[in-house]
Amino acid sequence: MTDGPLLDVRDLRIAYTTRAGEAVVVPGASFQLRAGEALGLVGESGCGKSTVALSIVRYLGRAGRIVGGSIRFEGRELTTLDEAGLRAIRGRRIAMVYQDPMASLNPVMTVGRQLMEAPMTHDGASATAARARALAMLAEVKLADPEAVMERYPHQLSGGQQQRIVIAMALITGPALLIMDEPTTGLDVTVEAAVLDLVRELRSRHHGAILFISHNLGSVVRVCDRVAVMYRGELVEEGPVRRIFTDPRHPYTRGLLDCLPTLGSDKHGAPLVPIPGQVESAALARAPGCGFAGRCAHVEPARCTSRPIPSALVRGEPEHRVACARADELPPWSRRTGRGVAHAAGGPEAPMVAVHHLTKIYEPRRRLLRGPRAPVRAVSDVDLTAARGRTLAIVGESGCGKSTIAKVLSGLVVATAGAVLLDGVEVGALAIDARSPALKRTLQMVFQNPDSTLNPSHTVGYAIGRALRRLQGQAPDDLAGGVARLLEVVKLSPAMAARMPRHLSGGEKQRAAIARALAGNPAIIVADEPVSALDVSVQAAIVNLLTEIQAARGATLVFISHDLAVVRYLADTVAVMYLGTVAEVGPVERVFAPPYHPYTEALLSAVPVPDPDRAVARIVLEGRVPGAGEIPRGCPFATRCPRRVGPVCDETPPPVQRFGDHHIACHIPGDELCRLQTALGEPRATGR
Amino acid sequence: MKRFAVKHLLFLLLTLFAVSFLVFTLNEFSPGAVARKILGAYATQEQVDLLTKQMGLDRPVLVRYVDYLGALASGDLGYSTRFKAPVKDVLFKHLANTALLAAIAFACIVPLSTVLGVVAGMREASRLDRAVLMCSTVIASIPEFALGVFLASVFVVWLGWLPGTATLLAGGGWSVAAQLVLPVAVIVLFDSGYVVSMVRASMVEVMQRPYIRTAILKGLPFRSVILRHALRNAMLTPVTVIMLQINYLVAGVVVVETVFAYPGFGRMILEAALFKDIALIEAGALVAVFLAVVTNILGDLAYMLLDPRIRA
Amino acid sequence: MSTPIAAGTLSASPPAAARARLLRRWRRRVALLGESTPATVGVVIILTWTVLAVLAPLIAPYPPNANDMAALAHTTPSRAHWLGTDHLGRDILSRILWGARPVLVIAPLAVLGAAALGALLGLAAGYYGRWIDLAVTRVCDIVLSFPVIILYMIILAHFGSSAWNIIGVLTLTKAPIIARIVRGMTLDLREREYVAAAKMRGESALYIMLVEILPNARGPLVVDMCLRTGYNVIIIGALGFLGIGLPPPDPDWGGMVKDTYGMMVVWPHMALFPCAAISSLVVGFNLLAVGLRELGLRD
Repeated sequence: MTDGPLLDVRDLRIAYTTRAGEAVVVPGASFQLRAGEALGLVGESGCGKSTVALSIVRYLGRAGRIVGGSIRFEGRELTTLDEAGLRAIRGRRIAMVYQDPMASLNPVMTVGRQLMEAPMTHDGASATAARARALAMLAEVKLADPEAVMERYPHQLSGGQQQRIVIAMALITGPALLIMDEPTTGLDVTVEAAVLDLVRELRSRHHGAILFISHNLGSVVRVCDRVAVMYRGELVEEGPVRRIFTDPRHPYTRGLLDCLPTLGSDKHGAPLVPIPGQVESAALARAPGCGFAGRCAHVEPARCTSRPIPSALVRGEPEHRVACARADELPPWSRRTGRGVAHAAGGPEAPMVAVHHLTKIYEPRRRLLRGPRAPVRAVSDVDLTAARGRTLAIVGESGCGKSTIAKVLSGLVVATAGAVLLDGVEVGALAIDARSPALKRTLQMVFQNPDSTLNPSHTVGYAIGRALRRLQGQAPDDLAGGVARLLEVVKLSPAMAARMPRHLSGGEKQRAAIARALAGNPAIIVADEPVSALDVSVQAAIVNLLTEIQAARGATLVFISHDLAVVRYLADTVAVMYLGTVAEVGPVERVFAPPYHPYTEALLSAVPVPDPDRAVARIVLEGRVPGAGEIPRGCPFATRCPRRVGPVCDETPPPVQRFGDHHIACHIPGDELCRLQTALGEPRATGR
Repeated sequence: MKRFAVKHLLFLLLTLFAVSFLVFTLNEFSPGAVARKILGAYATQEQVDLLTKQMGLDRPVLVRYVDYLGALASGDLGYSTRFKAPVKDVLFKHLANTALLAAIAFACIVPLSTVLGVVAGMREASRLDRAVLMCSTVIASIPEFALGVFLASVFVVWLGWLPGTATLLAGGGWSVAAQLVLPVAVIVLFDSGYVVSMVRASMVEVMQRPYIRTAILKGLPFRSVILRHALRNAMLTPVTVIMLQINYLVAGVVVVETVFAYPGFGRMILEAALFKDIALIEAGALVAVFLAVVTNILGDLAYMLLDPRIRA
Repeated sequence: MSTPIAAGTLSASPPAAARARLLRRWRRRVALLGESTPATVGVVIILTWTVLAVLAPLIAPYPPNANDMAALAHTTPSRAHWLGTDHLGRDILSRILWGARPVLVIAPLAVLGAAALGALLGLAAGYYGRWIDLAVTRVCDIVLSFPVIILYMIILAHFGSSAWNIIGVLTLTKAPIIARIVRGMTLDLREREYVAAAKMRGESALYIMLVEILPNARGPLVVDMCLRTGYNVIIIGALGFLGIGLPPPDPDWGGMVKDTYGMMVVWPHMALFPCAAISSLVVGFNLLAVGLRELGLRD
């Protein structure tokens, strides 16, 4: 083995052939990876991190090409390797784990056969030997009952299980380098935490190097030793994880960290600072100089945009490199934390949104080919309120029922049982078409996916104008004026009205969607994961926009999310849901401090936060999440609860313990919980 | 599995009833026409009416339909006025001829189209792919009779290697096999054009899937990737299409049969329709529908067998 | 991208601005078509035939039904008759030019009818679901698996064949294919968030289906319509060939082949030229469809 680095990338230059010409996506990337090391490659969408990863295994598709630079792996040059050489390396010395595990597995082949392929191809193993290795690998990735799993098809397994199988498939030949491309994106928070823990454990056993690609800075902190930050195809900063996150030197890195909510701050104390502007799409001709110059607050045109900026070592830190012309002159950075004082809770007026004993059961369509399915209890006996002018956040993982509540509030589905009151009006049984126009005006929704929230065949102006017309009955002549005014509120230029959604960025589309929702001047805004699909630097801007609008109009915001950090930042009241029931609800400071419901505790410990100083008592949830059709009789969390006390958890539904307006549904009494649990989410000052 | 069978059987029966009733009513619009046909154009109206009454054709439609069903159940399919023979004999003779043609054609089309479609789709936009795409598009654009004319002009008129008709009568001096070559060739060419494009489209789509990327990045040789990962997934949709081709092969090749004067099922129905031979039309329609529904069922079954996501 | 512009410059779009935008959009589309070779070739073929058909009364050298008895002695292509004459002395070139007219009227009309009917059925089936969906799909399945020629023969032989009958039958038998495509897309599109947003502002089901969903099903629909048109041309030809197409003596490409293919051993040209004519027109439509599909994928 050579002494040099395992992977040595120098001046890598990658271009894509588009209809309009050749666009250079990666102008020149250089980094090294030593054997056994874990390097994180972070950046937002379109920054080229996946492109760089795929270029290492030379899988760029028909349109992409490596047009310059070198990639040396184990001493061999990969850019000029022939097909046979590539095949010998892929799957054997370099293996990959992908983002969407379900799509990455062949749906018509059993898991076992897919696992056995690599050893049989690369090591010439016989079928029996390969099978034995596959079984051993499945045990290593902690899948229960490996024998049975071998015979399953991918669609019969959960997302977390599928990802473990993809990891097993990658590690089965003992590769020297494992490339993980967004491996936990799309997985639930607790599942993500479990997979990240698994990766850490496997590292200690397999001694392979890892290239970990993610847009989630927090998950990088969990797994990696070093991290490199990419922006528009360039590595702007690189160094040990601890240094990068406590002392970032590049304005982009600082901007990223500034716009991420941590669990320790809220909107009153430390506002999120979004990065102005947005990521420019890969242009055919890149301007010389720093790619971040257009958005940088510290830019000096003479030094920053005239010539290429080399990557230089930070003074005094041999491992820390930054590509910034002004790196040494920038003021020191410190993480913003702060907790402000919440406004005094409103008087005892009736809440704007109130839900009592809400239950929603879906009767599945009877499939004629198979037997009838069990009905799905999406929401069971839920009580929630949101005060006027305040933000209620509903938090939980997939399948917890939060989206169903959003749909019931907005009338897209009808409640099976229980009361739903909007501004005092009972609407539970009213589907959206049965609601009065006044009611329709009262509540509007902002949706999750910016790509499908606007009709791609209509201009922005048409969408907003139509909403104005239907909700306000606005006369057509004044339509343009009304549209322009709404665009202004969401900080879009009036010229946007003539644009089609496909020409807008994700953030712009979401703003347009918010403008559309405001057309009727709603008193209640239901936002269903409005920022989950957006880039990090854009999330902050949209979150700020929502809080601003809420403050200006006194609207009530029901904010649904799986992202605890955003919820901590933005909400006044929080409800934590699990499998259709409310596990815990209360003012945000109370919910995010002990006593916690055991599920909240697990969630908080699982959230990846980009703060290496935060010492976390790790709680990994074992056990299976019951399918929504088989919710247990007692506490729904009983099958996975690390604090399960005994049969009472399985048999009896937990009582709701009330501490003022903080409610916890658990059998364990509150003071007992307080005693057992430590505060999570606060940055612990560690003496160094 | 049982529910599958029951559900589809019910559907089959329902469809058979519905269509046969429709065809029945269609034909029975002008009850006097049958008698007119039998008696000829010079018969007086009274004679026509009398014969109509005698044949029981003036009774209400439903009653006649029930009678018809009863006759069917006992195996009596009626009498063909065009061929002057019991419908049953005429039907089965023509059906057998067509079955022969269809079987040979099917045996050629399936492997040919599958191989071409897979080979074209596995490397999209390669030279081979463009060639296959263009060829299949062009060939599928040529109507069957035009294909027949083109091929005949080459092989019959110019080269004289093959006979111009396939009447299956022994007297012509050409063996049955030689007679069948051109009709089969026309059918295979025309239909393959369509099936190849379907297989190719499905293959192209499958090759874009992430699991193919996984297989390639596992270092598997390309051949393994295609045969073990791509093929089965790519054939999921084409399989149903291929099953439906059986319909076309049996009943839809009337044009080819006409070109080569082949005594097949489609031609039989054409003549029956032109001649207003009602009993034959009804019987033929029933067979066609039966076949249509059965191939639908076979297609669904094949899909179920291939795709484990549907099964469990 | 978001340069601030004074709010006053935005006015309710005057008709001139709207027209200019429309023009720009169409010019972009034409330019787009030019990027795909199959699409360009296809469009050229179709346009050529359309022009020829429209101008047929002006450019056909002879009336289509005129029998030139003198030419019977010498029917093969000559200077007087560029494509020769048929067995009745009629100029083949003129008959082909005139024969293009009914085809280019019937085929597209039938497709438009099928598209309208199929789109409505597919939208309703996909949007409402449940029993409407079940009924529509089942009927479509039956009609689709039924070999079309048989249906034609039965219906046309019974009701006679006129242009409108043919259009009617073609519409009824092609609508299910389109209905199936539209239904599939509707099932997918109705889950989109903009549909939910439309519901939340009280739009009617009809509005949602026609204005929110249908425009987004455009792509595959247009491709399929091209394919259908090509296939309709084949069917019209086949019907003519079987003798149940348009009534004689008006020139009908299929009918021309029917009358003359028996004499192929002696005079192959009489059948070959009409066959070539039909094939080229269908090739045009199919190539256009291939090209459109490629362009759609590339987007």
